[in-house]
Amino acid sequence: MLSRRNPQLNAHGELIHLLSIEGLPREVLTHILDTAGTFLSVNEREVKKVPLLRGKSVFNLFFENSTRTRTTFEIAAKRLSADVINLDIARSSTAKGESLLDTIANLSAMHADMFVVRHGESGAPYLIARHCAPHVHVVNAGDGRHAHPTQGLLDMYAIRHYKRDFTQLTVAIVGDIVHSRVARSDIHGLTTLGVPEVRVVGPRTLVPGDLRAMGVRVCHDMAEGMKGADVIIMLRLQNERMTGAMLPSAGEFAKTFGLTPEKLALAKPDAIVMHPGPINRGVEIDSSVADGSASVILPQVTFGIAVRMAVMSIIAGNEA
Amino acid sequence: MKLLIEHGRVIDPASGRDERADIAIAAGRIVSIGRVPADFDANRRIDAGGCIVMPGLVDLAVRLREPGHEHEGMLESELQAAASGGVTSLVCPPDTDPTLDEPGLVEMLKFRARQLSLCRLFPLGALTRGLQGQALTEMAHLSEAGCVGFSQADTPVSDTNLLMRALQYAATFEHTVWLRPEDAWLSTGVAASGAVATRLGLSGVPVAAETVALHTIIELVRATGARVHLCRLSSAAGVELVRHAKAERLPISADVSVHSLHLTDVDIGYFNADMRLSPPLRQQADRDALRAALADGTIDALVSDHNPVDDDTKNLPFAEAEPGASAVELLLSLALKWGHDSGVDLVRTLARVTSDPVRVLGASLGTLAASAGRLVEGGVADVCVFDPAPTWQVTRDTLTSQGKHTPFDFAASGTALPGRVRTTVLAGGVSYQANSR
Repeated sequence: MLSRRNPQLNAHGELIHLLSIEGLPREVLTHILDTAGTFLSVNEREVKKVPLLRGKSVFNLFFENSTRTRTTFEIAAKRLSADVINLDIARSSTAKGESLLDTIANLSAMHADMFVVRHGESGAPYLIARHCAPHVHVVNAGDGRHAHPTQGLLDMYAIRHYKRDFTQLTVAIVGDIVHSRVARSDIHGLTTLGVPEVRVVGPRTLVPGDLRAMGVRVCHDMAEGMKGADVIIMLRLQNERMTGAMLPSAGEFAKTFGLTPEKLALAKPDAIVMHPGPINRGVEIDSSVADGSASVILPQVTFGIAVRMAVMSIIAGNEA
Repeated sequence: MKLLIEHGRVIDPASGRDERADIAIAAGRIVSIGRVPADFDANRRIDAGGCIVMPGLVDLAVRLREPGHEHEGMLESELQAAASGGVTSLVCPPDTDPTLDEPGLVEMLKFRARQLSLCRLFPLGALTRGLQGQALTEMAHLSEAGCVGFSQADTPVSDTNLLMRALQYAATFEHTVWLRPEDAWLSTGVAASGAVATRLGLSGVPVAAETVALHTIIELVRATGARVHLCRLSSAAGVELVRHAKAERLPISADVSVHSLHLTDVDIGYFNADMRLSPPLRQQADRDALRAALADGTIDALVSDHNPVDDDTKNLPFAEAEPGASAVELLLSLALKWGHDSGVDLVRTLARVTSDPVRVLGASLGTLAASAGRLVEGGVADVCVFDPAPTWQVTRDTLTSQGKHTPFDFAASGTALPGRVRTTVLAGGVSYQANSR
């Protein structure tokens, strides 16, 4: 049965899956960020563990390769005392022809409590959430171009950490917006938390005008996009997009939309620079900016573990 | 077999007839409408009290999935679905496996459909061999075998020179060429370009995919004089081009699917793969333009675009799911809903699924052209009797089709449909009879 209710929330409006930031009330986002704050200190202790998920089995289902995101989820789950099982599905069952839902049914039979899912197709975690056993929680770790909600939340955490108040900010997201699940999650997070101006910046091939419907300002000029910005989020340019129908070359992209010290100087003096990683030095971001004083790229990674701990502990405590 | 359909309200859209009348049927033909001959001794009487008696529906787009995709649909299951929806004639596209590019295959399909006696079957032959867009098929042979036109189904011809030659060749024998206006290069996405696809991160099919193809086709119709039927218009801009071409009196006709007529991309909701359709669902303004164009006759016919898809190919992430939905048995209800929502009177509403599609088929129907999609004394007795009063909920269990996926599934749509078919008569025999009455 297909419900038209937001499938991430139970009848009481509590978070049972994290599939997208879209449609989540501000209070839910704030609660996750507040909870993450309490976990930051855990990560600095000598014994970096709390028993919130003891006895629970968290399955990392990565239908698409990712070492970095999988590792941060694994660390987060282990610090919550869960048992973590990593399944590199891209190389196992689906390669033998098993269907997605058969894989899910089999893993459910192993008494999984939580699936952390990365998939190359937009919406795949929704399909999984719809078909898995009612007690199983699903966390979207990135689906196609659609959403990467934990990345979005850790970006919100970083912005709140450095800027405190969302309601006075100008945030510019720069690069390949159309193919970016990070950009979409950031946009939903920023607009929900009250950021008055969110800009998306890049060439028309990568920044379609339809994005305006998400409540953002579309800029095709880097200087216009940078002007007066408090936060600059640079996106990774995927190798396969660097040459072809979308862009002529990585060099031309670096020249027009890459973040250099000169372009950064157009933003506010205390602007911060973020990037979901891994970065392409000299393409979307100059090394001197990535390693400079405005960069918060490494703290983002630290926040990411605390945010993922917060998400997993919150949804595990709510029942469908 | 002598059949008497009595006490019903008889509507024949072609003649505008709308009156209480009895219909006497014998030897596959309508003997009389109105006064029953004194010596007519019926073997079977059908009480159509409270019901509407209309010509059997003519659906210009029904995929039967046979041969090649029997796990998704069989001739028998899908023709039964058609009969249960009051459909007595249907046109099937050539994208079976193997494709309908051999007269033997076409004869086999026609023969098997005749044996089943559930629905008349009018195949479209492949326009090019294997639908590969490289070499013409033997149109004269295929036409003799029973093809009513030639089509590329959902595989556009990207070689414009070959498309022009195909239109010239078809025009030589006065065959109609059925084309889905879709540019091959612009149609690789999985949802209509726009705010919804952008928000959900689904790759888009721009309106230009349709309008670029329409410009090409219309230009080639001008150049060759070939008669073209445009299948499944999906956009307001496409409708406008067709309107202009028709004003110019070019020999073209067009249809729209029940899906594009009733749904928009917003209905994709949380990646509901039942909304994965081809052409993709577009925006509200497109849907409004399609509805208006069907009302004013710019679009000639409403079709189900029936394409049964099984669970294994539908229960997948949106982009990987196979496009299509079971719809032939919903055609009447969805026509009625459109008529009701758009303020189109019943006679004109029913014309779009009876006499208008027959006009599209034209002379290719042979002797049937004079009476299919109509109720005329002496004509073939293809009749649909339906009760306009009840609304009903579509669920997996109510579908006769082997495919169980439809966007109109009540669980997802929350909308009940009007009108329920009671009896379908094909060539004077009952091809479907509802249980409850």
